[in-house]
This record gives sequence, structure tokens and C-alpha cells, in this order.
Amino acid sequence: MNDHSLIYIGVAIAILATMVLAVIRAIKGPSIYDRVLAANMFGTKTALLLAVVAFLFGRSDFLDLALAYALINLVGVLAVLKFFESKLSAEKESIHD
Amino acid sequence: MIDLLNTMLDFVSDGLLILGAVCVLIGGIGILRMPEFFTRLHAASLTDTMATLALFAGMMLQSGLSLATFKLFAIMAFLLLTGPTATYAMANSALSTGLESPEVDADEVEETTL
Repeated sequence: MNDHSLIYIGVAIAILATMVLAVIRAIKGPSIYDRVLAANMFGTKTALLLAVVAFLFGRSDFLDLALAYALINLVGVLAVLKFFESKLSAEKESIHD
Repeated sequence: MIDLLNTMLDFVSDGLLILGAVCVLIGGIGILRMPEFFTRLHAASLTDTMATLALFAGMMLQSGLSLATFKLFAIMAFLLLTGPTATYAMANSALSTGLESPEVDADEVEETTL
């Protein structure tokens, strides 16, 4: 869009690299909470990436997508945590798979 | 004069964007290298707050006074409010279901990746 395209491309590559690292933690993580943490981080980085891509391509519609995805990510993470907490404390089983 | 102001604004904005990218990478490396869950939680929360502030401030300086700035401010406020809330919810949930958090000596950390 303007002269800062190189900086925006660099920022987008950094956010993509962090998302790959979060997915590696989601695969490796020995407990459920590591995986939930990695999924939450992936979701917030998606919102950041959408905002940066909005500036990279010069389309301001992507900012609405970023806001919607941030909202959805929060509600999803809280729902998953509630589900696992009620399941685990009710049955008292081990949380290391 | 206006040209000098625009150049300085570009400079500050670029610096903030690069700082945001560095913070995101530091958080990503931290979530992979830290030895147990609560330390990883702390590393991930760094990306929620510091990287959000730096990246969105850099982008808001770029877009002047327009609708895009207001939308960016709304996204930034939402992420800053809900990121620490989600972190607290995860820590509370892990602690109340009894996740073991052993005392980790920094010299004897064996789990090293990358």
C-alpha cells in the first residue's frame, strides 16, 4: 500500500513463525492445558496476522474479521476450559495423556 | 516541516512494528523452550500484551485519523482486556484440578528443544 510493505511482510513472517511454534507445542505438550494454551495463542496470533495483512493489502475489511475472530477465540477457549475442568474434577482422572 | 513530521512518524511506526515482531518471536520461542506449564503460560502472555500494544500502536500511527484507527483501537482494547483474562482462567483451571508443578532448578532443566 505504501513504502512500508517490506516491514509488514517481515512482521507477517514473524507472526507465521510463532504460529508454527505454537502448533509444535500443541502437538508435543504433555498435558491438556499445554494444548489449550497453544490453541489460545494460535487464535490471538491469527487476529494479529489479520490486522497486519489488512495493512499489507490495503483492504480495511480485514479489520472486521480480526475483531470477530478475537471474540470467537476467547469464547471458545473459555468453553473448552470449562468443559475440561468439570470433566476432570468430576472423575478425578489423570490429566497426563 | 510537514515532511519532517511525516518522516519521524514513519520512523517511530517502523520501530514499533519491529518491536512487536520481536516480541511475538520471543513469546513463541518461550512457549517451546520453557520446562513446565506455568512458565509457558507466562511466556505466552507476553505475546498477548506487549506484542499487541506495539503492533497496533505502530499501525495506528500509520493510518492517521480515520475509521481504520478506531477499528484498530477497538481490537487492541479487546485483546488487552481478554488476553490476561484467558491467562488467568487457564492458570486457575490448571491449579484447581491439581496439575503438578514440580520445583524446577534452572541449572538442571533437561527439556531443551530447538
